Amino acid sequence: MLARDFVAALGPAAVVTDRVQLRTYECDGLTAYRCIPGLVVLPETAAQVAYVVRRCAEESAPFVARGAGTGLSGGALPVATGVLVVLSRLTAIRSVSVDDERVVVEPGVVNLDVSRAVAADGYFYAPDPSSQQVCTIGGNVAENSGGAHCLKYGFTAHHVTGLEVVLPDGSVERFGGLAPDPVGYDVVGALVGSEGTLGIVTEVTVRVVRAPERVETVLAGFRSMDDAGEAVSAIVAAGVLPAAVEMMDALSIEAAESAVACGYPPGAAAVLIVELDGPADEVGAELAEVEAICERANAFEVRVASSAEDRVAIWRGRKSAFAAMGRISRDYIVQDGVVPRTSLPQVLHAIGVLSAESGIRVANVFHAGDGNLHPLVLFDASAGETEAAEAVSERILELCIEHGGSITGEHGVGNDKKKHMGRMFTAVDLDVMQLVRCAFDPANLCNPGKVFPTPRLCGERPGRRTGVHPVQAAGLGEVF
Amino acid sequence: MAAVSPSSVDELAAALRDTGSAPVRVTGGGSKASWGGVARPADVELSTRGLDRIVEHAEGDFVVTVEAGARLADVQEAVGGKGQWLALDPPEPDATVGGVVACAASGPRRLRFGTPRDLLIGVTVVLPDGTVARSGGKVVKNVAGYDLGKLFCGAFGTLGVVAQCTFRLHPQPRAVRCVSVAADDPGPLVAALRRSPFRPSAVEYHGERLSVVIEAFEAAADAQAEQVRALVGGTVASGVPAAFGVRPWGPAEVGLKATFRLGALSEVLALVSKGFRVSAHAASGVMWLGAAWVDADLLAELRARVAEYDGTVVVVTAPDEVKRELDVWGPVRGVEVMRAIRDRFDPDRRMNPGVLDVI
Repeated sequence: MLARDFVAALGPAAVVTDRVQLRTYECDGLTAYRCIPGLVVLPETAAQVAYVVRRCAEESAPFVARGAGTGLSGGALPVATGVLVVLSRLTAIRSVSVDDERVVVEPGVVNLDVSRAVAADGYFYAPDPSSQQVCTIGGNVAENSGGAHCLKYGFTAHHVTGLEVVLPDGSVERFGGLAPDPVGYDVVGALVGSEGTLGIVTEVTVRVVRAPERVETVLAGFRSMDDAGEAVSAIVAAGVLPAAVEMMDALSIEAAESAVACGYPPGAAAVLIVELDGPADEVGAELAEVEAICERANAFEVRVASSAEDRVAIWRGRKSAFAAMGRISRDYIVQDGVVPRTSLPQVLHAIGVLSAESGIRVANVFHAGDGNLHPLVLFDASAGETEAAEAVSERILELCIEHGGSITGEHGVGNDKKKHMGRMFTAVDLDVMQLVRCAFDPANLCNPGKVFPTPRLCGERPGRRTGVHPVQAAGLGEVF
Repeated sequence: MAAVSPSSVDELAAALRDTGSAPVRVTGGGSKASWGGVARPADVELSTRGLDRIVEHAEGDFVVTVEAGARLADVQEAVGGKGQWLALDPPEPDATVGGVVACAASGPRRLRFGTPRDLLIGVTVVLPDGTVARSGGKVVKNVAGYDLGKLFCGAFGTLGVVAQCTFRLHPQPRAVRCVSVAADDPGPLVAALRRSPFRPSAVEYHGERLSVVIEAFEAAADAQAEQVRALVGGTVASGVPAAFGVRPWGPAEVGLKATFRLGALSEVLALVSKGFRVSAHAASGVMWLGAAWVDADLLAELRARVAEYDGTVVVVTAPDEVKRELDVWGPVRGVEVMRAIRDRFDPDRRMNPGVLDVI
């Protein structure tokens, strides 16, 4: 019935019902989880999105929003009995106001296109997830996306000032706008990073930032990960706030070299990429300090990019690292965990021990400045290593929690990590978070089954649950 | 009225649990007690001042965890000894961390560092029924679960009590320079600064003077200050001027806060130049206004005009008898959703009754 209504309202080209075509939407960037949606709609306007959601609410049909499908936690995994709302046709940049440092876009606009829209005026959009050439702003809002440069510039949450949202009952509401500090609760702050569970965003107002006067990119090679880690700590302690600090270990360097011949210092056990940006004088002073620190930390080679091409070449190795793993391993799991920066050496050692004990190789690529690890767990599924690799991957997350960190720094919880939420938060913490969910979506139709290990019935008070959860008893949810 | 002053999160939770659905007034340092709507009488006054510990300063991680009743000044002193600071500079003396978060209070350096919501990375809250919950954590980069901290920033205690906060810290600046210039209309100067490569920590307009604060390494600060002076004129000094960032109102006066799109500084200043003392975070789209008296018509007129710049005007503070004549908060975008959130967190609406009645 919904399909017929959607065809009537949106036209046949905006509705997918063919089983083969539906299959192309069965997963997002995390292909381990697949589910063929009941129906796919491709609205072109916010009004169409609102209509679709209203009809879903009326029919009690679950719905899931999807942008470019680059997410790495299964956050856009469809529901078999529900509707997948694909926002890739809402691609208008509605307004650009450099004087106000704001750009207003539809959710299907690609991240990098925001920067392109203001580049001629000397501005850029700061959050830069590595998928920025294809990922959409709507998805960035859902996931509170970061990127290599968020150490200095912050995450999506720091750069969104206004949202238009289709709420789970199909009504449309605006929060914030061009001006700062909207009156009342910070609903924009609550929506960003809520992984599509509170509504579907149909317009986003973002802050754009003046492009820096000078950028310097330093590549330093070290004989050990400890030395490189020492350099990171010293840079931060010196009061330097780089735009980015990235580290790669020997195994990831090997993969990157074989994929893109990035020409990193030969024989390095670790490389550090430090990018500094800002006013010319300030960057000059910081550059001298960073070079001196790297040398004191026993860097055997320190290169400073002398041209834009040089800079691109340095970043090419880092940016290709994930994809390059295919050169040295048949299969791999990309993990995303966070530890306090000072715990990095201990955690890296523990990962090394884990790897040695299990015989599963782990390549380490990470945002060292903010302790965000992206261990790549390498394995061969055809040799029956899948289970061992998954065990290593999970153990790494446990290490992150044990050291006071987080199970995800930027990929989100989605479907993949909800089973770990109970290790980071108590059942009461999660219940209280779900009070927010219940305020927006009491019927639990909006991207259901994500983020929380146990869905909450919206009639209860937190901390007062006894016995088996009714949802669990009804076989609708499970506890991991 | 019963006064309670718990000295632990557990005691705070018990105090709320034990008082059922009785109305509760939450207090901290009292520096913003007059902010918001007219507070209705409460049966319980709950002070956070007994919760004043600095729980952990993870120096190498630039992170501090503090209890809500700790004075911001005491936190600054504690982390300042290690060359760090919590980059929030609202001017109210004796403000507690919890009060700064609850009122989303900001100061001049919000231009560079943002407001409490931007630096709060973890929070422990106590709900009106005594439930204790945590969100976020101790690491800056973390997207696990909903960020309750954002909702509690600026909620004026109406969703529950902020009991403990974890903040990201920044290194103290090595050198501070201030370029100061007289200007009737600072709009063009601020626009020129915005398009320049410089990244001031603050751009303030107060008493017909524009102050541009540069904080950087010693040599870089001097060079940049000189370049900024060449751009906007005026003189360079070390350190910030007296009364920097101070709110432009006295104890029994009316204080307003106006926000607007960044490019509309001149236009909004022109609206308020007669009749208000002004202190503006000039490059941030935020302006504080002081006057001995404001009537409902004037406020409504100002709201309508500022709304043309996508802005809002709220009454920050005023004597109760003045507030009763005014629409303190004005229109609120998305207020229905906010009410739904409040109903979930505080179904009895017992927390800080009157202060945020618009929701």
